[in-house]
Amino acid sequence: MGKIGIYTKKVIGHFKKPHNWGKIKNPDGIGKVGNIVCGDVMWLYIKIGKDKKEKEIIKDIKFETFGCVAAIATSSVITDLVKGKPLEKALDFDRREIVRKLGGLPPIKLHCSVLAADALFEAIYDYFKRQKREIPEKLLIAHQRIAKDKAEIEKRYKEWTKIEEKMRKK
Amino acid sequence: MKLKNKIYLDYAATTPMDPRVLKAMEPFLKEKFGNTMSLHSWGQEAKEALEESRGVIADLMRANPNEIVFTSSATESNNLALKGLASANREKGNHLIISSIEHPCIMESAKWLEGQGFKITRLKVDKYGLVNLNDLEKIIKKETILVSIMHTNNEIGTMEPIERIGKICKKRKIYFHTDAAQSFGKIPINVNKMNIDLMTISSHKMYGPRGVAALFIREGTKIEPLIHGGGHEFGLRSSTINVPAIVGFAEAVKIAKREMKKEGKRLTKLRDKLIKGVLEKIKGSHLTGHHKNRLPNNANFWFEGVEGESIVIELDLLGIAASTGSACSSEKLQASHVLLAIGLKPWQAHGSLRLSLGRWTTEKDINYVLKVLPEVIQRLRVISPFKPWEK
Repeated sequence: MGKIGIYTKKVIGHFKKPHNWGKIKNPDGIGKVGNIVCGDVMWLYIKIGKDKKEKEIIKDIKFETFGCVAAIATSSVITDLVKGKPLEKALDFDRREIVRKLGGLPPIKLHCSVLAADALFEAIYDYFKRQKREIPEKLLIAHQRIAKDKAEIEKRYKEWTKIEEKMRKK
Repeated sequence: MKLKNKIYLDYAATTPMDPRVLKAMEPFLKEKFGNTMSLHSWGQEAKEALEESRGVIADLMRANPNEIVFTSSATESNNLALKGLASANREKGNHLIISSIEHPCIMESAKWLEGQGFKITRLKVDKYGLVNLNDLEKIIKKETILVSIMHTNNEIGTMEPIERIGKICKKRKIYFHTDAAQSFGKIPINVNKMNIDLMTISSHKMYGPRGVAALFIREGTKIEPLIHGGGHEFGLRSSTINVPAIVGFAEAVKIAKREMKKEGKRLTKLRDKLIKGVLEKIKGSHLTGHHKNRLPNNANFWFEGVEGESIVIELDLLGIAASTGSACSSEKLQASHVLLAIGLKPWQAHGSLRLSLGRWTTEKDINYVLKVLPEVIQRLRVISPFKPWEK
């Protein structure tokens, strides 16, 4: 498949014309992942509805992303992949689906697909929490991992700025 | 050299070769193919071309021809300057001073020397990227053997006060090296007036071919080669001489000598128009580097709420070549050390964009950039969750 720079045409297509970008007013869940300190930031908004069989589905999904081409493209593609799909299935979302759908990502950009999947898990986690429902174990584990990473980065950043300030005072 | 429907604004990365340079090289790629070390007429023809080129290049910096050593790249020249000088002067001292915004080939050479037992001081810079001369004076000690401060920075274009640095080094009897890869051929340099002992220059940054650069080494400087062999280049850089590239480099220097003054004025005007336009048209945009003390062809900004790689790719799709110091664009996923050294936070460096102008940049090009760049920034901003410029 043809490439433009380091990206596939599909990545560039999503980057140029991203699907489902923007905010959802009164969302049922929001997933906020990433850290502006060291990279990209993605926010995913979801609205939950029901299908004919009264099964919960992701009725609507939108994203807001600050980041590189890959971050924007993975945000866009994940909304395509899960929109209208049963919530239950979204819990098993495999980030490799994003990479497949985009026709591949450069190795150093694979973490963007992790970020997009994490944003989805966090949005669903937020939905369950707001509903005061029991949180599935898988989601809980993902949430704990994401929270731990976030804390680590913030801690590192604080230490780093402290050192920097000290150096400036000298 | 019209680049069809494309606007190349990445001259600081590399430049297209001037057609006049290619023309000068051509005979040496064809019938004048001799080896400079050969005794026969083919060899002597090549040798003559080599020495004539050396003279042309020496002349533009007011050096003697025998003070110019040809290398393969500015990276090699910088390696030779630091490692070659350090190893030859070890008994005199083990301390070297560089700035914190040097090109990676200086940073990494210094780091390697650290591993060999040398001590390195990395001078801090202010928010414009300027080193502090008082700091320099204070940090020099009796073990100091070399100060290496770049002439102009490759990312933000800031011009360091090298004439005054040279003076300090001369007074304290320390070798002074400057990396002039970005500035040679663009602004005047006089190695004597500026008290420079070693200077790196590069061909492909000034419309010459790639694969050739040089190191000016003042006569009497104690230095050892990195590459040993047949004793080419006064024994300082063995390797069969790349005559076509060197002839091309010299032709590029000849052109620069003739056109530098006029071209510098033209580019400064275009650059200032670009800077003014961007800052006026785009809210939440900031100039990095010094507003006046900068290379005529360099403009560098950072934009709030946008990531640099996205800007570069979007511009590329519109036919404009630019570059960024964002972490997302680097192999190591680290923001540019230069932008961090001038005090930008990682999220600010994230939104950086360098536009570097050159010989084929026209006012029309700048107008086009000023038309599309605000739209690019706006589009990327509306899909971002942060709207700091709305505050």
